[in-house]
Amino acid sequence: MSVATAFFYLFSFVTIASSAMVITGRNPVHSVLFLIVAFVSSAGLFLLAGAEFLAMLLVVVYVGAVMVLFLFVVMMLDVDFAELQKSAKRYLPLGGLVALVVLAELALVVGSWTVAPQAVLSTPTPGNLSNTAALGQVLYTQYVYLFQAAGFVLLTAMIGAIVLTLHHRPNVKRQDISAQNARTRASAIENKQVPSRTGVPVP
Amino acid sequence: METLHIALTHALPETILAVGVILMVLIGAFRGKADDGPMSEIAVVVLGAALVAIILKTTGSGIVFDNAFIDDRFGDFMKALSLGGSIVTLLMAGDFFRGQGINKFEFPILIVLATLGMLMLISANGLIALYLGLELMSLALYVTAALSRDDARASEAGLKYFVLGALSSGMLLYGASLLYGFSGAVSFAGIAGAIGGHPNMGVIFGMVFLVAGLAFKMSVVPFHMWTPDVYEGAPTPVTAFFASAPKVAAVAIATRVIYTAFPGATLQWQQLVIFMSIASMALGSFAAIRQDNIKRLMAYSSIGHMGFALVGLAAGTAEGVQGVLIYMAIYIVMTLGTFAAILSMRVAGHPVEKISDLSGLAKTNGTMAFFLAMLMVSLSGVPPLAGFFAKWYVFLAAVEAKLFGLAVIGVLLSTVAAFYYWRIIKVMYFDEAAPAFDRPNLTLRAVLAVSTVSMLLYWVYPAPLVQAAEGAAKSLF
Repeated sequence: MSVATAFFYLFSFVTIASSAMVITGRNPVHSVLFLIVAFVSSAGLFLLAGAEFLAMLLVVVYVGAVMVLFLFVVMMLDVDFAELQKSAKRYLPLGGLVALVVLAELALVVGSWTVAPQAVLSTPTPGNLSNTAALGQVLYTQYVYLFQAAGFVLLTAMIGAIVLTLHHRPNVKRQDISAQNARTRASAIENKQVPSRTGVPVP
Repeated sequence: METLHIALTHALPETILAVGVILMVLIGAFRGKADDGPMSEIAVVVLGAALVAIILKTTGSGIVFDNAFIDDRFGDFMKALSLGGSIVTLLMAGDFFRGQGINKFEFPILIVLATLGMLMLISANGLIALYLGLELMSLALYVTAALSRDDARASEAGLKYFVLGALSSGMLLYGASLLYGFSGAVSFAGIAGAIGGHPNMGVIFGMVFLVAGLAFKMSVVPFHMWTPDVYEGAPTPVTAFFASAPKVAAVAIATRVIYTAFPGATLQWQQLVIFMSIASMALGSFAAIRQDNIKRLMAYSSIGHMGFALVGLAAGTAEGVQGVLIYMAIYIVMTLGTFAAILSMRVAGHPVEKISDLSGLAKTNGTMAFFLAMLMVSLSGVPPLAGFFAKWYVFLAAVEAKLFGLAVIGVLLSTVAAFYYWRIIKVMYFDEAAPAFDRPNLTLRAVLAVSTVSMLLYWVYPAPLVQAAEGAAKSLF
């Protein structure tokens, strides 16, 4: 057994085991942590298959961004997962039926599957280029239009999120660093003579 | 690969919108105010510049950006319609949003982004470009539907639209991946070449899913569920926008996909389109009868009209496409005119939207009642108004393609639909007068008048539209 095979089985086992822990775990924080383990070991599998770009993407995007977001959501929202799992059991018969129908349809489609000759030709053959270099060569040349279009979709999503969630309340006090730094003793402190037993009006 | 310069000349309207919208975002961000200020006007100028670029275009058609983008006369025609719809919407929207206190500067930006998406969608020459254009358009539309976020109905509309839109995107992507898997191509011509004359099961599956995804955007039965709720809940100018420009883009891309990617599967897509057409015409005609909210009524009306437009699509000929183009052009003018009238329905500064609010309009505002009545007559398709000619061209194409059953059903259902359009006229002319509306602003009056007059006098000089549509339709074949 070569080293690569050994690592393949190691990563596969860890991926499957941690995936199982994700769905059986009672504590949602543990589930998210196990999901991170599953992603990292899947990245290892990608590396073994020679897809180093996908592996890095998985680590950077999913582990770095998406999972942290999940962790935030799980910690901020008080969701009773035990209750959710109970109701999931209730929907099992209907859900299982739907899954069976979809499976049958997929089998129908796959049964008539013939790989088109063009599809085989259109798989990239980058020669001695790495995946990342091959992607870099087409992203801004052949696919520049689609790449920019995707950029506009993301811009729209950003603007949309701001429009729908940002509230400018007039009475909220905000931090103004330049104003803080410009404060002097004279502008901040005022000496008042307070007569005994009367007090001063507070602005 | 051609140089970027040539590619950008072909994609000049899109480039103008893309650069313009980024400038607008910068202006909006650095102005430091949340209100719209001059943004609507800037947006109108940007959209207008793109429209002028299309009208004055001298370059011929071409396929650029490595088969992702096609520039042809069909696209030009549909793009001009979409841009026109967006411009008129923006002109009508300003005062309404200011009255409601939701005049955010992001609204014009989102409209321009949505229009950019429509243009890219119309010019898409492959599955990836199609999906990106569709998502750009839809994402901006979801946000505009929920723009008035303190209004529960608008939030519901936005959420419903988003969830169902996401579902439809999923179906479209599933279809697209099946198509790529079975044909090995993402460009429409490549798919057509791979299919040849014998589509296999996988291709048909993919095509059905793809068309279903597009049908969501066109809001044709059975993918219409979201339409009435979204139309009712969204702010009225947004509803006017939904009913005009995005429909044009969706019909355009559906036409392009069907005619350029699946000429070898005519039998299969024809069944699909005929079913959707009949179902939409029937639902649009019968379900609208019991509505008492005019925006809901317009939602069902738009479903019905999409059904009629699909009659032309089902014909599968250049005449059919020409009919679809003429239909969309006339539909968009009628719809925008009607929404100008709906936006004019304000009592003491508050917008109202019940049909009963129109009661006795002939006594309180005779001109508006007459204009709206004429638009209703045109929507129901009575000669010699333009709405009749729109239906005439699509039914003629269907008859020439020997789809007699479809044409007969269509004509019968259009008489059913006439009932609810004419009911509005009856309410306006014969019912007891409801409180009078405020005097609408100049833009609304102008849009209403221009729309009505062009519908009334279309028969005098139909040649420009017919010829433009003919040239555009031929470029697809």
